[in-house]
Amino acid sequence: MLIAQNLLGSIVIGMMGGTIYGLLAMGLSLQIGVCRVLNITHGEFAMLGAVLTFTLSQLGINPLVAPVIIGPLLFGLGFLLQTTLFRALKARAPSPAAFEGNALLASFGLMYIISYAARLRWGSGLLPTLHWPQPVARIGFVPIPLNLVIICAIAVALGIAVYLFLTRSRLGRAIRATAEDQPTAELMGVNTRTILALCFGLGALLAGIAGTLISIRTPVSTSMGFNNTVIALIVVTLGGLGSVPGSFIAGIIIGIVSMLVAGFWVPVLAMPVYYAILMVLLLARPTGIFGKK
Amino acid sequence: MDITRLFTTHRKLLWVGFLILLIVFVLTFPLYAGKYPTRVLTTMLMYAILAVSWAMFSGTTGYMSLAPAAFFGIGVYSMFLLQDYLPFPVIIVIGGLISFALAILLGLVTLRLKGIYFTIFSFGLVVFIGNIINYVEADIFGRHGWYFPLLDPAILLYTMFGLAVVTVLAIYFIKRSRLGLAMQSIGGNEEAAEHMGINTTRIKVLTFAISAIFMGAAGVVTGPAFVYANAGLAFSVTYSFIPIVAAVFGGMGQLHGPIIGALVFGFLEKTLKAQFQTYFMLGFGIIMVLVILFLPNGIVGLLPMLRDKLRGVIRKLRKGGEAEQHANT
Repeated sequence: MLIAQNLLGSIVIGMMGGTIYGLLAMGLSLQIGVCRVLNITHGEFAMLGAVLTFTLSQLGINPLVAPVIIGPLLFGLGFLLQTTLFRALKARAPSPAAFEGNALLASFGLMYIISYAARLRWGSGLLPTLHWPQPVARIGFVPIPLNLVIICAIAVALGIAVYLFLTRSRLGRAIRATAEDQPTAELMGVNTRTILALCFGLGALLAGIAGTLISIRTPVSTSMGFNNTVIALIVVTLGGLGSVPGSFIAGIIIGIVSMLVAGFWVPVLAMPVYYAILMVLLLARPTGIFGKK
Repeated sequence: MDITRLFTTHRKLLWVGFLILLIVFVLTFPLYAGKYPTRVLTTMLMYAILAVSWAMFSGTTGYMSLAPAAFFGIGVYSMFLLQDYLPFPVIIVIGGLISFALAILLGLVTLRLKGIYFTIFSFGLVVFIGNIINYVEADIFGRHGWYFPLLDPAILLYTMFGLAVVTVLAIYFIKRSRLGLAMQSIGGNEEAAEHMGINTTRIKVLTFAISAIFMGAAGVVTGPAFVYANAGLAFSVTYSFIPIVAAVFGGMGQLHGPIIGALVFGFLEKTLKAQFQTYFMLGFGIIMVLVILFLPNGIVGLLPMLRDKLRGVIRKLRKGGEAEQHANT
């Protein structure tokens, strides 16, 4: 009975926490699928979101309001990066494969820049927690901290919003067309330059909001970015590169797995287990769960 | 004018002279420099080995590997596990061979897929092996890190230098061989290479595994220099990042690019990092982005570029002078 209760609790909590990973991976999925940038900097954007939330909360701004300020900021940063750095790289690259390689290396340099620039301001230690009050709600017999419920609600709402934006709106259709075949989309009158910048900015924004949500749940530091990059990469690959809903669902799966491994085994093994899952899946189905051929 | 002619006609001789000077410099280094500079030089050489073997595979084929730290860590661990049973040179070979086997396994699984999967996977290998060893060590054997016996830094320097020479020579000959040509054609256009009759998967797996040998061997030699180590230190992702940073900084196109990049990076890191750690890495990030944007051949490419620019300017001046003469007559 107790084991069943623990198991159910782990699954529910993992599912709710996994929505953060889903949000994070959705952003990366957009950047990989549309901009063709394997963005190693992605976790650093989440880190920026988290530490900025911390600073804003010290100024007396509620963490739930923080994304309103942080979101546009990070969106602008991502937009700027795509319009300057990655566009210049693309113009200089002799082939798409060469661009992918160079973009990876450039995002690598960016990772150093962002994470160490943040260290100048916030140091490298753990920042004090946000002291978010955590009354515990009970759903059935599973105790769930209230902040997790809020996180889950925000992440799911955002995830659905992005999905609807991509599938229903005119702009979303343009984005999908660009992802599918950029030259043809351009011929059809899509301004692909703006679309690419928009997608990169949107990716950065989603990462930033994921960072805010992380900061509500756990203490944050400037060195957390890299770990988030790794998780986002795993989740995106698991869901199928470029598949936005796939990455959200894969995020939930990884969230459940992480809670199960941490609860019933040892937390150290969480990352190896993700990789084992990824390896088995890719051997069986190289395009990920929701990837198209 | 005489100097430039000397460089063009006696190029080989000059190279040999330079190499002899280099060898003498490294061999006598521990005699007059202290222990710390000797260690710094060893680290610089280790970075050079990692960078040059990384660039051999990733620089030419375009498949970005993030796995160096995994092979490096395996080298460190083979040194730690075998040090009481086998002599040092044998362990170096074994460390290299284990890395080779692992790289073949990883390559067979992932090198059939697109480059992006390979990058993600190769990176996972570092986290995967590191965390599993950490688990086995801490939760099963209950130890947290271990100590290496102290070895004379001079011996380590000589070994590392020997390894570096072997690595560079091996990669020099591989680059000139059919294998090297095949690798270049994969980097140029993989589909075309396949149609030309190159078994691209086999070439990729083989060269990736060869590059892993040197990384593993470098790990074995670096092990004793750690004095204290654990899984987190041996499998630190920085050992994946440093070769990339160094190779991009130095220039991946030529053999000496990554070597020079690694030596410069290693030297600057060891001398500046202690004082200005944050600014140092921040600056290096900025330099890296600038190099990728403006110097596709790295700092090694800077010299020929400047020379060409200079020549162009001189030619323009001369032409301008001639035109003036024509105008006068």
